[in-house]
Formats: sequence, C-alpha cells, structure tokens
Amino acid sequence: MTSSILTPARARRRRIGAQWRAPLGIVGAVVALAWILVACTAPLWVPYDPVAQGLPRLQPPGPEAILGTDSVGRDVFSRLMAGAGVTIPLALLLVGCSVVLGTLVGAIAGYAGRWVDETLMRITDLVMAFPTVILAMVIAASLGPSLFNAVIAAIVVSWPQYARVSRSIVLSLRGQNYVIASRLLGYSPARSLWTDILPNVAGPILVLASLDIGTAILLLSGLSFLGLGAQPPTAEWGSMISGAMENFDAWWIGVFPGLAILTVVMAFNFIGDTLRDAFDPLARAQSIAANTGETA
Amino acid sequence: MQKTAATRSPASPLAGFLLRRLGTSVLLLIGVTLVTFLLTNLVPGDPVTAALGEGPASDPATREAFIQAHGLDKPAPVQYVMYLGALLTGDLGRSLTTGQPVVADLAKAIPATIELAVAAIVLSLAVSLVLGTLAAYRRGMVTDQVLRVLTLIGLSVPTFWLALVAFYVFFLQLGVVPGSGRISPSITPPPTVTGLYTVDYLLNGDSVGFLDALAHLTLPVLVLSLFTIGLLTRFVRTSVLEVLDTDYVRAARAKGLGGWRVVSAYVLRGASLPILTVVGVAFGALLSGTVLVESVFSWPGLGSYSYNAARNLDLPGIMGVGLVVGVIYLVINLVVDLFYAILDPRVRLS
Repeated sequence: MTSSILTPARARRRRIGAQWRAPLGIVGAVVALAWILVACTAPLWVPYDPVAQGLPRLQPPGPEAILGTDSVGRDVFSRLMAGAGVTIPLALLLVGCSVVLGTLVGAIAGYAGRWVDETLMRITDLVMAFPTVILAMVIAASLGPSLFNAVIAAIVVSWPQYARVSRSIVLSLRGQNYVIASRLLGYSPARSLWTDILPNVAGPILVLASLDIGTAILLLSGLSFLGLGAQPPTAEWGSMISGAMENFDAWWIGVFPGLAILTVVMAFNFIGDTLRDAFDPLARAQSIAANTGETA
Repeated sequence: MQKTAATRSPASPLAGFLLRRLGTSVLLLIGVTLVTFLLTNLVPGDPVTAALGEGPASDPATREAFIQAHGLDKPAPVQYVMYLGALLTGDLGRSLTTGQPVVADLAKAIPATIELAVAAIVLSLAVSLVLGTLAAYRRGMVTDQVLRVLTLIGLSVPTFWLALVAFYVFFLQLGVVPGSGRISPSITPPPTVTGLYTVDYLLNGDSVGFLDALAHLTLPVLVLSLFTIGLLTRFVRTSVLEVLDTDYVRAARAKGLGGWRVVSAYVLRGASLPILTVVGVAFGALLSGTVLVESVFSWPGLGSYSYNAARNLDLPGIMGVGLVVGVIYLVINLVVDLFYAILDPRVRLS
C-alpha cells in the first residue's frame, strides 16, 4: 500500500471494484421492493392471525409454525410478515414529513435571511444539541407511549438535517443571475423560491432521505423496544425483540425480527449509498477515472 | 453568527474564538433547559398525579401543598424561572422509579456510562483509522468495496438486537465473558476517585479488580462500537482520500519516504481535523446507543436508568437524563471545537 501508481493490474482491479457499485444498489432495491411487497400483501397470505394467541406456547420452529411461536402462543412468522406493514409505511411517512418540514424551514431561512434565518437556524442547532434517540425518547415519553407519538417524536428529531442542507443550497443560489432576473420580471419571492430554487434542492435531499429511511426504521423499532412505540399486541419488530428478553431460551422470538430490521435497513442503506455516489460529482469523477483507468 | 459576536481581541484570537464558542454553548444550554421544561409541561394529564402517584394526589390538602410548593398555579414563564432556579441548586425532582432524587441517581449513573462510551470511542477510532486508511489506499479495489459493504452492514444492525444476540451467544451459551453489571458480585467496588472502575482499580493497584472490570466492559463496548466503527471508517476514508491528493503528500512520497512514515506523519495528520469533527458526532450516536445497550447488559449507567424511567413513564427521570445528555453532548462538541482551533490556525484567524 505504498504506491498509488496505477499499474494495468491495479486499473483492472479498480474497474472491477467500480462495477460493484451499481449492483449494490440493485441488490438493495430488490430486497427493499420484496419487503414493501410483503408489507402491502401480508394480511392476505400469512398462515395465522398475527395477534391471535391460539397456538401452543414457545414452540421452536417446526412444520406447524415455521419460525416458532412466542410466549403467548402467537405465530412468529405471521407477526414478522405483518410487522413489515407496520414499520415500513411509518418509516416512509416519517421521512416524508421530515423532508417536507426540513426543506421548507431551510429554504425559508436561506431565502429570507436576517432574523428569520438566525431564529430558524438556532432552533435547528437546539434540536441537534441532543443525541437523536435520547431526544426522541424524551418526547415520546412526554406525549405518552404510542406508535403515532413515536412517529411524531422521530419527525421532531429528523428534520434539522434537511433544513441545513436546503438552507445551504438556497443560500448559494439566491444571488445567481437567473434568480435575480426572475424577481426583476416580477415573480413573487414564494414563486421564485418554488420554481427557480427548490428544484435544485431535490437531488441532495433525495439522497439524504434515502439514507435516512434506514435510520428511521432503527429509531422507530428502538423506541418500540423501549416500550415507547408500538403497544401490545401490535406485531412490531422492535417490541417483538423486547418480548424475547423474557425468554432467552426461545431464541427464535427475537432473532428473526432482528434479521428483518437488519435486511430492510441494509437494503435502504445500499440504495442510499449508491444514489449518493451517483449524485456526488467528486465520487462520480473518481469512479469514471477508475473505469477509464486514469488516476483521479 | 460567530462573527457578529465581536468579542474578538486582536491580541489573542484564540481566546476570542473560545469566548464566542463558549457564548454559543451557554445559549444552547439555556435552550436545552427550555426544551426539557416545555416537554415537562406538554405532558397530557395531571402533573400532580404524575409526580405524587394516585394515592397521595387524591388528598386535597396534599394536592394544594404540592401546587403551592412547585408554583403550578403561576404563569408558565414564572414556572420556567422557578425550574431554572431549582436546576441551579441541583434539584431535578424525585424519580418515580427509584424514589431517590434524580440528581443522586444521575451522579451514580454518569461515570458508568462515561467509562463505556470512552472505551467504545477509543476502540472505534483505533479500528476505523486502520480500516479507513486501508480503504482509501485501495480506493476502488476489492478491499475498498468489501469494507464499504461491511461498514454499511455495521450501520444497519439494530444495536439493541445485537446486544441481545451477543448476550445470548457469548454469555449465556459460551460463557466466555461476563454479561451483566460492571464487576462480579464477589468483588468489592474500588474506592471512588474518578468513578470509572477500571481507572480506580488501577489507581488502587488492584489488578484482580481491574481485569474483572475490563472483562465486564468487553461485550457492551464491542456491541456499541460496531455502529461507530461503520460511521467513522467511512469518514476516515473520505478524509484520507482528500489528503492523498494534496501536493505535500505527493512530495513526501516522491522523495522516497516509507509507507508508514507518510501515513502517520503526513496523511493522518492532514486528515485529523475532519475526523475530529466526526468523533464529536459519533459520540452522540454512542450516547444514543447506550440507552439501548445498557439495559441488556444490566450496566448501571444513564442508558439503563433512562430505559427503566421510560418503561415506568417516570418523567422527572427521563427529563434528567435528557438534560444531562444534552449537556454532555454540548461539552464534547465544545472540546472538539477547541481542539480544532488549536490544531488549525485558520479557524481562529479567520
């Protein structure tokens, strides 16, 4: 690792490496789509009612219940599949709300400037002064434990990053000639912000949002694990794992929901990481250089 | 905003920078108290019942006394000032879970969490400096791609689940490491100097205690570190890549300096500033992680405390943790900024 001189062999290895990037995104997209499909259709084909308690308790995986049953005789597989329909839509909803809220706050701050900017950005700093899980926990506990309140808490801690990014882009575009020209033509500030500036914010925000879906799922299931999100008997992955702490010998109760969270989050992270590469000019230059065999 | 606070004196730009940062931190600190206060007041339901419990709260005299004592009949701004006054005297209320003053609970819990978090950040930084540098040097090659996938997986694992799996496999099944508490029940805690057991045992010259405390740290630290290793490795890689492209690194290589000399004296030194910033961010992720990890390993820190508080909807306890963690996080970021100013003259002279 002492030299960065690009020998033909190294260039070939780099090309192979660069070709890996898109497949990572494709793997992510396939896994994510599969889970979304499960989320939409699970109620139609799961073998048992996810909240019904009719089966023998604490049965290991077997022909009757392929992933076993939990401590009150519910089918783990049915709960696992139904859990996708709880977590994934809520995660998408909360990221969507954070994106809209954060982008608007950032755009208004950047466009208005002066005291509006100062006030909004200090509020942003304030929210960012807390580690996310702790602040979300504090908010969820104050509002009362429920899945809905957990989503609200998660939105409150997630929007500031979008505000920062959108503000910085708006600031850099505000003085551009085409924006000034549209104002001189008589467009209102709101219209100029909407048509001239916001389309440029979309790309970076989209990348950030795709990476944030995984974080949102981890946060929601973490809050449910703490008892501040989904309440029994809802089939939610985090609370399923929390239920597994009572019966360590019945490993199947907790292992499978964890794997479900891991695969969904990983899928969205793969997609986000690939998107970031595609949108980031620096990273793209590097991968083009690697493809053509030149040093970046 | 930092430029508008014109405390900069030409004689000592560093002192001016520190003053401005300190000012910002104090403002944020007040903001943190405002947030916890507002959240306490947001609680749907009756704060008197929440604080006293169902039984005592049904007695009108007790109720009235509580309302008088806590100024609940006064307007919100007055209540906020009273809340600040109580904070300054170290009164965070009484925990509904333990029945003790929250301040006393936190004083016991904070050193335990600090020990865990510091050990995890040191381990994560060491591992990710090696992995990140390796990935940067092998940019685009198979090593880089494998590390990329591994770090993405590290960022995707739900920490609380990993903690349970590690607890089950390495403690319950294999029994290779202790899985609960800070020390074995048979061992007496060290005399308190720093509150960090490993350090206190060392200061006391107690090697048995030190090794026991170290063994108890192993599992929670490893579990906590996985996420931060993923986070930091990616940033180290990016920072090292930027430095590798600079002329001074090319020059150092061109004059024939050996690989490790260049890495340690030029590359990592040049990349240290952005890495330092991310360490501050990673610390926040670690503090979040402790909430989910400590309860699994019965580690008597802020995480276990807030887990129990959250489970019992013990608001004074949760608010206390929120406040303390907010303050710890602010202090860490202030320290990071100070290092930044010391390491990079451009920051304080600009």
